[in-house]
Amino acid sequence: MSRIEFKDVRHAYPQPAGQPQEYALKEVNQVWENGGAYALLGPSGCGKTTLLNIISGLLTPSEGSILFNHDDVTRLPTAERHIAQVFQFPVVYDTMTVFDNLAFPLRNRHMPEARVKERVTEIAEMLDLSGRLHQRAAGLTADGKQKISLGRGLVREDVNAILFDEPLTVIDPHLKWQLRSKLKELHQQLGVTMIYVTHDQVEALTFADKVVVMHDGTVVQVGTPVELFSRPSHTFVGYFIGSPGMNVLPCSIENGHPVFANNLLSSGYRADTDLSGKLEIGIRPEFVSFSDDGIPVAIEKIEDLGRYQVVTVRHESEQIKMLISEDEPIPAESPMISFDPDNLRIYCDDWAVETGDA
Amino acid sequence: MRKSTNQKAWWLVAPVLLLVAFNAFIPLMTVVNYSLQETFGDNVFFWEGVTWFEQVLRSERFHASLLRQLLFTSMILAIEVPLGIAVALSMPRKGPWVSVCLVLMALPLLIPWNVVGAMWNIFALPDIGLLGYSLNSMGFDYNFTQQPVSAWMTTVVMDVWHWTSLIVLLCYAGLCSIPDAYYQAARIDGATGWAVFRYIQLPKMKRVLTIAILLRFMDSFMIYTEPFVLTGGGPGNTTTFLSIDLVKIALGQFDLGPAAAMSLIYFLVVLLICWVFYTLMMRNEAQ
Repeated sequence: MSRIEFKDVRHAYPQPAGQPQEYALKEVNQVWENGGAYALLGPSGCGKTTLLNIISGLLTPSEGSILFNHDDVTRLPTAERHIAQVFQFPVVYDTMTVFDNLAFPLRNRHMPEARVKERVTEIAEMLDLSGRLHQRAAGLTADGKQKISLGRGLVREDVNAILFDEPLTVIDPHLKWQLRSKLKELHQQLGVTMIYVTHDQVEALTFADKVVVMHDGTVVQVGTPVELFSRPSHTFVGYFIGSPGMNVLPCSIENGHPVFANNLLSSGYRADTDLSGKLEIGIRPEFVSFSDDGIPVAIEKIEDLGRYQVVTVRHESEQIKMLISEDEPIPAESPMISFDPDNLRIYCDDWAVETGDA
Repeated sequence: MRKSTNQKAWWLVAPVLLLVAFNAFIPLMTVVNYSLQETFGDNVFFWEGVTWFEQVLRSERFHASLLRQLLFTSMILAIEVPLGIAVALSMPRKGPWVSVCLVLMALPLLIPWNVVGAMWNIFALPDIGLLGYSLNSMGFDYNFTQQPVSAWMTTVVMDVWHWTSLIVLLCYAGLCSIPDAYYQAARIDGATGWAVFRYIQLPKMKRVLTIAILLRFMDSFMIYTEPFVLTGGGPGNTTTFLSIDLVKIALGQFDLGPAAAMSLIYFLVVLLICWVFYTLMMRNEAQ
């Protein structure tokens, strides 16, 4: 097991001649602590899988280096990195039995057969595969096959980390939850570093201690689920996490405080006055409420989600979503809204402005 | 509710029945007809029972050509299958060379059988052919028109040249259908190149390979044109395979009865071997 570090890693896939080089990964500096449960969260095409394949050595980055426990492994072949990886679609060796599938990585590494048997039995027990060890792997259902893929990673005693590339995509919804809690359980049991790629925020937030949000080839924020929710450091994190996502509204700054719709808003901190660039405020729908004075809006739509209702309101050209509890009344005439100052954040060119306490 | 019976729908099946009758059943029955009777022309037939079948099955000439046929088919399969797999494995799977390779591979398949025979005949002629002349000038005593071994080698090489591509293309299609994740998983699992072939590529190619072997077996077992143009079955009878022998009996000697009996036996042998092979391959699959 080890600590994995990325130093200035950039990667570009080869382009057809004549097309400009485009980086799928635009400089990543990141440390994965030993034994952590990480989720890599981001939309399709943001570079998650590229990053994962660079860790396992299936890809060699165009620039930068990867360190395992301070040793440079950038050029080390996959087999020598001791990384296990589970792919989106289950990979099983069709002609082999479940037992042989699980034993495959061990036999390839010339482990004595008695020890192989011991390990496989142990792991099969953990994954509830014991009863099917001598069945042909090809005959199993998708979740059974995915368990085998996972098991092939777990049997190895020397793995530095287990990587999951959207492993639950092909699994039935009711089994997804089961397998996810299994993973969490295995993580606690084995204490091995796990990195879990997904574009599903619920999956990421339930699985991981730390979520790494990626956007357009860069890591935009690393944090606990609570941090990502309450202090998104990039407007993208605001949009992507939470449902509905954060409201991002254009603003100007006066005396360190944001002004939106001619309203001087107070925020929990003062921003530098000499900000230049695109200025915006971010406020989560949870922290927008109706009030007696504030910003006049028109109500566009009310969606009832059971315990909550999502109200879409509009001020001039800006649409604002608000999340209020089921029993809260909605003003019928000239509604006005206000923002909770403690949860109002200022963004300059999409990045959070973090200076100066109020 | 009682359904009224209406047999008129049978007429809708009639076109298919007619087609099958004219294209398979009637010709086959004609052969059966000839195999059980003797005729001297004028549409006069004498019942012979299974005499012709006994005669063919006992004839040393039939045994010899059947043996030659089995030997030839085994030889070309033993060469073409591993070679085809090897070529398919070494072909690029992406990039600009893919289409170049595919076209080069498909070329031999597009050449008519008799042209292949004629090409190799001229190519291998010991006095003027490029291959024959070169071999002789390198000190090999090579003359496919007179030496049985040379004739066999030339026939086998010609078939390998003509038909390995078929196996290559089918295997290549099988290989291309393997998702990248399998290769990646194998790398993660520390599999060697041999293990990748044995546990990923070969199982994924199994179905297409079964079809490829069946096709090559049937085609080579019924081979006629190419050896006929190349060697004419000679020198002597050494490259007289079943089809060539059959044509000699039917059209050369005009022995219609024995020829018909031989055709049926020939047909049954092909059918039997195909059935056994396919059943074995598929039973493995079901397990």
